[in-house]
Amino acid sequence: MLSVRQLNAFYGRAHILRDVALEVARGEVLVLLGRNGAGKSTTMKAIMGLVRPAPGSSVSFGGVEIAGSPPYAIARLGLGYVPEDRRIFTDLTVMENLEVGRQPARDGLDPWTPERLFAIFPNLAAMKDRPGGRMSGGEQQMLTIARTLMGNPRLVLLDEPSEGLAPVIVQQMAEAIRAVKAAGLTVVLSEQNLHFAERVADRAAIIEKGIVRWTGTLDALRAEPAIKAQYLSV
Amino acid sequence: MDFILIQFLTGLANASALFLIASGLTVIFGVTRIVNFAHGSFYMLGAYLTWTITRALWDWGGREPALFIAGILLAALAVGAIGALIEMVLLRRIYRAPELFQLLASFGVVLMIQDLALAVWGPEDLPLPRPPWLRRFVEIAGSRFPRYDLILIFVGPAVLALLWFLFQRTRFGVLVRAATQDREMVAALGVDQRVLFTGVFFLGSTLAGLGGAIVLPMQSAFLQMDLAIIAEAFVVVVVGGLGSVPGAFLAALLIAQVQAFGIVLVPKATLVLVFLVMAIVLMIRPYGLLGRPQAHARAATGAVEPVIRPAPAILGWAGAAALLIAAAAPFFAGPYIVTVLVELAVFVLFAASLHFMMGPGGIVSFGHAAYFGLGAYGAALGLRYLAVPMEAGIVLAPLFAGAFGLVFGWFAVRLSGVYLAMLTLAFAQIVWAAAFQWVEFTGGDNGILGVWPSDWARGKGAYLWLALALCIGATLLLRRIIFAPFGYALRAARDSELRAEAIGLNAVRVRLGAFVIAALGAGLAGGVYAYAKGSVFPTYISIPKSIDALLMVLLGGVQTVSGPIVGALAFHTLFLTVLQAFTWWRFILGLAIVLLVLAFPQGIAGFVRQRWERARGPEAA
Repeated sequence: MLSVRQLNAFYGRAHILRDVALEVARGEVLVLLGRNGAGKSTTMKAIMGLVRPAPGSSVSFGGVEIAGSPPYAIARLGLGYVPEDRRIFTDLTVMENLEVGRQPARDGLDPWTPERLFAIFPNLAAMKDRPGGRMSGGEQQMLTIARTLMGNPRLVLLDEPSEGLAPVIVQQMAEAIRAVKAAGLTVVLSEQNLHFAERVADRAAIIEKGIVRWTGTLDALRAEPAIKAQYLSV
Repeated sequence: MDFILIQFLTGLANASALFLIASGLTVIFGVTRIVNFAHGSFYMLGAYLTWTITRALWDWGGREPALFIAGILLAALAVGAIGALIEMVLLRRIYRAPELFQLLASFGVVLMIQDLALAVWGPEDLPLPRPPWLRRFVEIAGSRFPRYDLILIFVGPAVLALLWFLFQRTRFGVLVRAATQDREMVAALGVDQRVLFTGVFFLGSTLAGLGGAIVLPMQSAFLQMDLAIIAEAFVVVVVGGLGSVPGAFLAALLIAQVQAFGIVLVPKATLVLVFLVMAIVLMIRPYGLLGRPQAHARAATGAVEPVIRPAPAILGWAGAAALLIAAAAPFFAGPYIVTVLVELAVFVLFAASLHFMMGPGGIVSFGHAAYFGLGAYGAALGLRYLAVPMEAGIVLAPLFAGAFGLVFGWFAVRLSGVYLAMLTLAFAQIVWAAAFQWVEFTGGDNGILGVWPSDWARGKGAYLWLALALCIGATLLLRRIIFAPFGYALRAARDSELRAEAIGLNAVRVRLGAFVIAALGAGLAGGVYAYAKGSVFPTYISIPKSIDALLMVLLGGVQTVSGPIVGALAFHTLFLTVLQAFTWWRFILGLAIVLLVLAFPQGIAGFVRQRWERARGPEAA
C-alpha cells in the first residue's frame, strides 16, 4: 500500500534520512522504532511532503508516486498524518477541529462521522464545544487522531502517539489504534516505547541515524535481544 | 451637549468605513502573514470604480438609490477580483520570502496602481454627483445630520455580524481561523492553501473596495487616497490586535471618535492625536486590544541570520577608488553631477544608518525617514529661530534626531516584528503630521526655505567634499561599530534575547543604543541634505521616503555590510535620477521592485556574495 524507496532528506546541509526504505501492506500496523533524533518523525514528514524529499527519492502510495507533491494533495489521496506535537487548533472547538479535517468519503471505507469517532474516543463526546486550548494533553492527543480520521484516510501516520501521556490514557490510545485497524485502515506509527509498540503493532522497522537497520515482525524482534540492546536501549 | 452628540455620530459613521478597510487588512494578515501595503490602493480603486460604475448605471436607469447600491457592490466585487488576481500572480510566489520583501512587493503594487489610476481617471479629484436623496438631512437633537451618514453608522456593525457568521458558521471561516493559527497543519489535513489564500485575499480586497465605495458620496475619489488611508488602517489593525476582526471593530470606533473630537478640540494636531492614541495602547497592551503575542515575531528578516563578515579586500579598494573619483568630480564634471554625488553621499549614510538597525540589530523600522527629516528640520529650525550658522546646524541636526530617537526608541525596542515596524511607522507619521499641520512653526507644506551653507562651503566642490567627509566618515564609523564589542552584543541580542541576557547583556538597552545611533546617522544625513537643497519640506518624512530607505537596504541585502551602500547607489542613480525622466516612472519603479523581489530575495549584494562564495568558497570572501 505504501512503498518508500531511497528516501533522502536534508535540514539545510545536514543529511537526516539516508536511503530509507519501507514496505507497508494493506491493513497492517507498522511501528518505526528508534531513539530520539533517529529520524522517525522526519521519515513521516518526508512521506507527507512536509519535509521535501531529496531528488531521487521515491514514495509510492497505492501505486501513485507522491514524492515532491504538496502536503494537501498527499492528504487527499488518503494519507492521514498525526503530528507528534498534536498541533490542535487551540482557538477552535472540538467540533470545529474535526470540521477542518473533514474530507469526502472514500470507496470501500465506512466514512467517519463525529458520532463514530466519539464511540472510540468517549472523552471527546463530553466536550464538543470546548476550545482545543482548554483540553488536557491526553484529550488533545485523542482529538488530533480523530481530526485526521475525519479525512477518511486509507493509511494513518501516527507520530509518537503515547508520548507524555498518563498510563491510563496510553491504554485508551492502544485500544483506539486497534479500533482504527479493525476499521480497515493501515497504520504506521513511530515509538520509543517498545512496550506500547508490542501491544499494537504487527511489524517493526528500526531506524538509527536516518538509516533503517532492521525490519521484521515483533515476534522476531523479541527473539533478538542483541538488536534491541544495540538500537533501542537507552 | 448637542454638539457632542453630533460629533459622536459623525465618529460612528467614519468608524464604519475605517472598520471595513481594517477588517480586510487584518483578515489578510492573519492568514497569509503578509502586511499588505496595497490594501490602501484597493480602497482607492473601490472609490474610483464606484464613481465610474454608478455614473454609468445612473446614465442608464436614472439616479436611483438602488442603482447606487448596485454600483457600490459591483465596485467592491471588482476590487475583490483584482485583489485575488494580484494574489495569484504575485504574492503566491513570495509567501516564503522574508516579511519585508513581501511588504516591498506590495508597495511595488501600490506604485503601479497609482500610475494606472492616474492613466485611467486623470489627476483631478472626482466627486460623485449627489442627487437630492443623497443630500437629505435628519433632525437630531435640534441639529441637522446627513441621512447618508446615519445609514453608514449601521454598515459597520452589519458587516461585523456578517463576518462573524462567516467565520463561526461556515466551513470556509473555520478553515480560515485554523489557517491563521497553523497553515502547515491545515495543509496536512488535505486543504489546498492556494484556494484558501486566494479566497481570503478576495474577501479582504472586497472589504477594502467596499470601504472606498461607501465614503465616495462624502468625499471625492482622488489619487492620494491610498497612502492616506493605509497609515490609518495600520493604526486600527495594530490597535485592535493583528488578525482580530472584533479588535479591528473596537479600534475603528476608538480611532474614529478620536478623529471626530480631535478635529474640534485640536484641529492642528488630529493626526498627531491618532498616532499618540496608538502609541499609548501599544504601551499598555503591546499586542493590541484583542491581539495575542505572536510566535517567532522577531525573526522578521529570516529565521537564521548569516554571520556578517568584513567585505573582501577588493571591495574595499573599489570603494576607495570610487570615493576618490567622486571627490575629484568638481574638477571634471558639471554642477548636475556634483549635486547628484552630494545626494548619493547623503543616501549612502541614510541607508547605512537604517541597515545598522535592521541588519545587526534586527530592528525593522518603517519610519526611518522620521530621523532623516528631524535632522533636516533640526538644522532649518535652528536657522529660523536661533539663526545658527551651518557649522552649528550640522551638529544640531543629528542631536535633534537622536533626541527623538531616544524617546521613540524607548517605546519601540520593547516590541518586536510587525508591531515594532508599525510603531515606528506611527512615530514617523506623528513627526510628519507635526511638520505638515503645524504651519506656524514649521511652515507646513511650504517648508522652510533659505537653508544655505556658510560662505566657505558654498562652492559646489567645497560642499561635495564636506558632504563626502561627513557622510562617508559616519558610514565608516557605523561599519566600525558593527565589528566592535557593541556590534557583537547587538547581534547577540538579535539572535537570542534570552541567551544574551543570560550572559549579562541588557538586550533592551543595547537595542535602544542601536536605535539612537541609527537616528544620529539619519539625522546627520538629513542635515547635510537640508543645506545641499537649501530647503526642507514635510515630504522628507513621508512614508515613501521611509520606503526608499528600506528599498536601498533590502536591494543591497540586509546581511552584508556593503549592502546598504550598493543599494543606495543603485537605487538613487537608477530609479530616482534616471526613472524620474519618464512620465510613468512610478509604474516602472513599482514593476522593477516587484521583479527584483521575485528575482533576488536576498538583495543585490547578498546575491553577488552568494555567487562569489559559490565560485571561490567562503574562505576567499
